[in-house]
Amino acid sequence: MAVNLTVNGKDVTLDVDPDMPLLWALRDHLRLTGTKYGCGIAQCGACTVMLDGQTRRSCVTPVGTLDGAKVETIEAIESEAAKAVQAAWVDINVPQCGYCQSGQVVTAAALLDVNPKPTDAEIDNAMAGNVCRCATYTRIRQAIRQASDTLEA
Amino acid sequence: MHPILKPAFAPRPTRRGFLTGSAGLVLGLHIVGKARAQSAATADGDFAPNAFIRIAPDNTVTVLVKHIEIGQGANTGLPLLVAEELDADWSQMRAEQAPSDPVVYVNTAFGVQGTGGSTGLSNSYMTMRQAGAAARAMLVSAAADRWGVLPEGITVSKGVVSHADSGNSATFGDLADAAALTPVPVDVALKDPKDFTLIGGDKVTRLDGHAKSTGQAMFTIDVFRDDMEVVSVVHPPKFGATVASFNAATALARPGVTAVRELSSGVAIYADDTYSAFKARADLDIEWDESGAETRSTDAIIEEFTAAARAPAMVAEQTGDVDAALAGADRTIEADYVFPYLAHAALEPMDGVIELRDDGAEIWSGIQIPTIAEPVIAGTLGIDPATLTVNTMYTGGSFGRRSTPVSHFEKELAEVAAKAGPGAYKLLWTREDDMTGGYYRPLTVHHLRAGLDAAGNITGWLNTIANQSIVAGTPFEPMVMPEGMDPTAIEGSRDMAYDWPANRVSWAQMKNPVPVLWWRSVGHTHTAYATETFLDQALLAGGKDTVQGRLDLLKSDRPRDRAVLERVAEMANWSGPGTGDRRMGVALHRSFGSYVAQIAEVEDRGGLPHVTRVWCAVDCGVAVTPDVVRAQMEGGIGYGLGTTLFDEITMAEGGLVQQRNYDSYRMLALPEMPQIEVSIIASSESPTGVGEPGTPPIAPAVSNAWRALTGAMPYRLPYRANSV
Ligand code: FES
Ligand code: FES
Repeated sequence: MAVNLTVNGKDVTLDVDPDMPLLWALRDHLRLTGTKYGCGIAQCGACTVMLDGQTRRSCVTPVGTLDGAKVETIEAIESEAAKAVQAAWVDINVPQCGYCQSGQVVTAAALLDVNPKPTDAEIDNAMAGNVCRCATYTRIRQAIRQASDTLEA
Repeated sequence: MHPILKPAFAPRPTRRGFLTGSAGLVLGLHIVGKARAQSAATADGDFAPNAFIRIAPDNTVTVLVKHIEIGQGANTGLPLLVAEELDADWSQMRAEQAPSDPVVYVNTAFGVQGTGGSTGLSNSYMTMRQAGAAARAMLVSAAADRWGVLPEGITVSKGVVSHADSGNSATFGDLADAAALTPVPVDVALKDPKDFTLIGGDKVTRLDGHAKSTGQAMFTIDVFRDDMEVVSVVHPPKFGATVASFNAATALARPGVTAVRELSSGVAIYADDTYSAFKARADLDIEWDESGAETRSTDAIIEEFTAAARAPAMVAEQTGDVDAALAGADRTIEADYVFPYLAHAALEPMDGVIELRDDGAEIWSGIQIPTIAEPVIAGTLGIDPATLTVNTMYTGGSFGRRSTPVSHFEKELAEVAAKAGPGAYKLLWTREDDMTGGYYRPLTVHHLRAGLDAAGNITGWLNTIANQSIVAGTPFEPMVMPEGMDPTAIEGSRDMAYDWPANRVSWAQMKNPVPVLWWRSVGHTHTAYATETFLDQALLAGGKDTVQGRLDLLKSDRPRDRAVLERVAEMANWSGPGTGDRRMGVALHRSFGSYVAQIAEVEDRGGLPHVTRVWCAVDCGVAVTPDVVRAQMEGGIGYGLGTTLFDEITMAEGGLVQQRNYDSYRMLALPEMPQIEVSIIASSESPTGVGEPGTPPIAPAVSNAWRALTGAMPYRLPYRANSV
């Protein structure tokens, strides 16, 4: 069964097992490798993408449910908030190994897209599901605050 | 293309090509001043004065980094050392992973090419600076020739070579071609540290920061080759079990599955894509031979280890007469500490790509000790090691996991190709493979006893440690444990910073089939906890303040321990553990040549400590990149804290591992991360490790605070194990 959807602004037809998680379709079939596999059971957030404007764990999202959906991955996020987040990430030296960071950046950008001036508690809440095994958390908090400041200005 | 974004499928120079290509210049082996230095060329005409540096006409300076980048900042720190002596501008610097070569890219601390033991900067500090200084001298000499001036009048600053008197100036890129033709200097002077402009400076941005913030950094899992198959291996569910027989009919009938083959480590499914390979695992019907398997529970193992820790064992250190001291003590205290097996749980599971061709093989992976792994791979494939190329990829964390001296993963990867024949294969472990696959931090029991005199002073200290050896049975065994004593099993428990009249540290070597491995800070993970919480207990029993009591006990030849302890006490305004809902605890520990003291502030959240703040003072010699040092302290604290609170690998009766994924082996989450303040002691000593030393003190600091708050001391980690 072929599924038609939009990925990063392009129309895409995925002719794969409808049970295949979006994660593996993106990586193996569309070669969009920025989205990462960490757990496969919605426990780490490394696979976070935007699905119809909301963050989504692509590892537990079957392709068969996505007909007509609009997917955005780390390779294409480009809102003001996303750019501010990425600039702050570089400036504050957030990444260590970097493996979780696509998911962190997508999640942080999604937060600032809807809430450009989050409180510390809102930041903690929004980011709580994204594991960083290198524990770059203090810098993630700091970078989101910095990005938020640049958005205001 | 930006070198750090270099995709794995781009052509890359082989080791020999790199040293002897055809147009331009590479200056052979890197040790400046060695007669072996020789001229050679790069294919694209860049100026490559030695095996560590390549300067291109576009004015970029690429540093070939001999260490794998696993997050610790090697791809920033090593280029920074070069840039300092080269007087380059930071914005022109690039990093690229060096090819494998055990001579050129040796880790001088190990004698092989490898990353580990927090040695990355310390073993590169001089060589990378010398490489930069030699390149600078050659650029200056080329400029002097071109302008017809004396080199003495030439200055270099921020990537620009200038001659004030003649008004000439040029970039490195302008001079690259000409510099390639100048003789290699035999002896170059290095800067006086007081003239450093980059080393020790703040605000150096990581060279890999952009690629890692935009999804462009290439990890092993991101490598795709033409007609590549994805391979998933079902491993024995119990340690020490092997495949007896299997039926692959159902798996083979699944669309996308191309083959099922038996390996020495399990049964491998070959498929067109990851989903098909993973999905077919459940289709396999495998009989396991469990005759050699560990079928005991971890509770039974703990019982065995505890008995061994309470009995006499191999003496590792002895001063004074500890038996007499304990017998004659006014009071004695004692405790048994239990530390679980721990998985590294790096976010990128174990993975590798191999392409077997008629003329050799090529690998893409994150291999921390290539010099050890390569003969294993070549031997398994039955090929000449000279025809094997290893590409080191960005790696999604390691914490020791990718530094496996028995090379079991590399062997499995090679077998995947050896069994299937020429072709390209990506071997990808599932999270569950990773979690249940062993190579854990060794389960460890400490038995401690201390004697106090009537004034509350410690008169004797006895510590017996029971655990498995990490080194035994590996290629490091003859070198590291010639007397049968594995120093990494007990490191941090002897040569302590404190002075008391009698002391004995012993080790009981335990054996079982559960594979163990170094895990961020190795032996210090348990020795720091046992010694620093037990010391607190002894100080409190003697009616002493836990900071002042430590200061009073410090040996006179340990000024660096004293300095970090005093600094951290000052940072936290220490005047005792405090009162009310938040209490503080302290810990001090030296590891990998660095000295770290931490104070943690905790409150009680539903029976578990919530750590609100951590103050951390570190002396790691010269802090080459202070921001990387701070980041490693922060990361080391978060890594240690999550483990202390939540994590253990347990086996049920029968031997099955009970934790399979992050739902049952839980990572610290962002809301649980404390505020952290790091202070770096100014130093002119050679740099020492920072990747690991931040981890050992956090657990004892938290527990010392927790005791102040609740009166309870967890003698068994993690905290969650005590509460269930
Ligand atoms: S891989 Fe999807 S949440 Fe971990
Ligand atoms: S940077 Fe390594 S897992 Fe987050």
